[in-house]
Amino acid sequence: MTALLVAFLVSTIAAATPLLLAATGELVVEKVGVLNLGVEGMMLAGAIAGFATANETGITSLGVLAAMIAGLALSLLFAVISLTLQANQTATGLALTIFGRGFSALVGAGYVGIPAPTLPKIHLPVLSDIPVLGPVIFGHDILVYLSLAILAVVAWCIRSTHLGLILRAVGDSHDAAHALGYAVVPIRYAAVAFGGALAGLAGAYMSLAYTPLWAQDMTAGRGWVAVALVTFSAWRPFWLLIGAWFFGALMYLSLYVQALGVAVPSALLSAVPYIGTVVVLVLISRDARRIRLHRPAMLGRPFQARV
Amino acid sequence: MNDAVPSGPLLTMTGMTKQYPGCLANDHVSLTVERNQIHALLGENGAGKSTLVKIIYGVVKPDEGEIVWDGQKVTIQNPGHAQRLGIGMVFQHFSLFEALTVQENIALGLGSAKERVGLRERIVRISNEYGLPLDPDRVVHDLSVGERQRIEIVRCLLQNPKLLIMDEPTSVLTPSEVRKLFVTLRRLAAEGCSILYISHKLEEVRALCSAATIMRLGKNVARVIPAEKTVKELAEIMINMDLHAPTPRPLAPSSAPPRLVLDKLTIRSPNHFGTDLKDISLSLKGGEILGIAGIAGNGQSELMDALSGEILAGKPESVMIDGIAAGHMGPHERRRIHGCFVPEERNGHGAVTTMTLAENAFLSGFTRRALVRFGVIDTKKTSAFAENIIKVFDVRTTGPKAQARSLSGGNLQKFLVGREVLQEPAVLVINQPTWGVDAGAALAIHEAIMALAEGGAAVMIISQDLDEIFVLADRISVIAGGRVSEPVLTRDATVESIGRLMGGGSAPAATGEMEIA
Repeated sequence: MTALLVAFLVSTIAAATPLLLAATGELVVEKVGVLNLGVEGMMLAGAIAGFATANETGITSLGVLAAMIAGLALSLLFAVISLTLQANQTATGLALTIFGRGFSALVGAGYVGIPAPTLPKIHLPVLSDIPVLGPVIFGHDILVYLSLAILAVVAWCIRSTHLGLILRAVGDSHDAAHALGYAVVPIRYAAVAFGGALAGLAGAYMSLAYTPLWAQDMTAGRGWVAVALVTFSAWRPFWLLIGAWFFGALMYLSLYVQALGVAVPSALLSAVPYIGTVVVLVLISRDARRIRLHRPAMLGRPFQARV
Repeated sequence: MNDAVPSGPLLTMTGMTKQYPGCLANDHVSLTVERNQIHALLGENGAGKSTLVKIIYGVVKPDEGEIVWDGQKVTIQNPGHAQRLGIGMVFQHFSLFEALTVQENIALGLGSAKERVGLRERIVRISNEYGLPLDPDRVVHDLSVGERQRIEIVRCLLQNPKLLIMDEPTSVLTPSEVRKLFVTLRRLAAEGCSILYISHKLEEVRALCSAATIMRLGKNVARVIPAEKTVKELAEIMINMDLHAPTPRPLAPSSAPPRLVLDKLTIRSPNHFGTDLKDISLSLKGGEILGIAGIAGNGQSELMDALSGEILAGKPESVMIDGIAAGHMGPHERRRIHGCFVPEERNGHGAVTTMTLAENAFLSGFTRRALVRFGVIDTKKTSAFAENIIKVFDVRTTGPKAQARSLSGGNLQKFLVGREVLQEPAVLVINQPTWGVDAGAALAIHEAIMALAEGGAAVMIISQDLDEIFVLADRISVIAGGRVSEPVLTRDATVESIGRLMGGGSAPAATGEMEIA
């Protein structure tokens, strides 16, 4: 029973990590009023870039770096089209996802089925050997801890720093921010780039740690769940974490039930984490007034400085 | 050079020219603001005041012209540059962040971390010193419009400005708030901060400003000392025509049947920052104009939406139009039973700005003017309807095919009011009939409203402009916190008594202070 619990907790945390990384990035992007629906595409680009680089060089950390650069590059493409050229953000984001999927499949065609160097799990003497707590708290790879640290820093930054105040201000009223002399478009570029790098990192986690392989479309819609998490958490970092863990838990349970051989179609079981997460998040945040209160008022709205 | 006693004007602008596509907004405009001066900038909408001010504040770059600031020739690059030079601006549409606190809003207006040291104490000190009380921790969306304006003023004052630009600062304030603001402004001017004051309230300009620059159609037309002119003279210089006040109308006979009745209308605002309507009961007779006074954000937009059918009332009987329970009806159904509505926001609410005038005329008029035949738009009839509005209301435009956004604010408002008036409604509700509209257009709109009432319609005007309400309304009611006060006859009311109700006070206890008609 204890072994089962440990397996459940460990795999929940692992499954939540890519969601958490991507959603934290998207949270920052949306806080400044930009809606980037290209998360799935950026994750896939990150996944293949990380996998290919790690595979060619044999160095996983280089792979992680390459994944972040790939995500960042795609997000800058999005920024140029939607922020500088002022194309519709929704359409641009969708196009970015389609592009990311196709591009990653093309580049990844030669890497299917090859193993890659895996991100090592850390092992702390004594601490990691504590029963239950050891593996659950001290037995993960570095990206798991990084994802939590980034979320904590982002939450603190948004709430308590002047930088965070500027980000919120740009998302609340870009015209007022501009009138006060803030460079709205560069600030949004920076946020979008941050989101892209984190989406790339989430992709690297998928292909170098979670399932250390490359398969086409291996993120399997996690980018979309990350976008949904941001909205349904009503842009609050704490609920982002809860949502990601909930998804991870359902992921494990559906696999477990499948392994038990329960007579439920496997396709339905695989869908449970996605449906379940969205349903639960909708339920906890269905107060339209609260959503309106936390929602960045400028979300998805193009900004053009009037001259 | 003696820094202690600077000489010469604070700001001199000469030959300022700004060309927009299809519109020469500023045509070699000059402006001189002296030190310690409260200087008025007057003009109709579209006269080019806003463009000129935006040039000063670095938001707009001029095509030509020279700016001399504090004795130095400068090119103002952006608002940040303007602030460093000592130019502060309080915007007409406040540039505040709704979801942030007072202190956060002010912190955003200050450039460096050094300026933000001890910010909280300085906010409290400055706001007390100048009679602008503010709580740094309140979130802006909970604040009244007057309080919001204080934030902007305090934000400017923290930067020790030499020039404070104020764009229509009193249009949203109660009379007593206006008095307090003037005390603050006079004190600022005396302490060495010049003020550039933009307003269309000529009485205020006469009381406050020691000089005025008047613009018309993008050009200077005069520089006057306001106290030496009458309000009428100032207005005539602004719009270049003779003004005549609308003639007073007789009251509706008390036997006339009620046409619009609200019975305990109670509605929860769908907007988080909105105001819930509580137990609103009113009755309007045919031939009567009821004015709803109040400070912005006290439930005016919710009342408008509840009357027009954009928000449905829980009980159909809580809104009765000509004896028919209409609370559950949408806007088109209400139009069918002779109710017409003009919302506050012209662009995007009253009119679809990217559509033509004919299309906009169709959108509201298709039911009552039968502009649809067998499910197809009758373009000839629609065009004729739009043409008629343009003719009757003297809308300056190229014709029914012109895009709504190509019209100036005043002309578009005339078109929108005309669109509803010409549908011959039994009940007309207008929110802010002449907001941001020049004097000529405002007069035309007022006359149309009065003519409609004389023809037997019940008219409700919701306005934050007390002067307008006193000119138009037969009875006045005040909306505060989503509740409506018992209507009083206009001839029994005074600006003070109404102003007290607007501030959330109770009705005057004694009738002694009321004017006797």
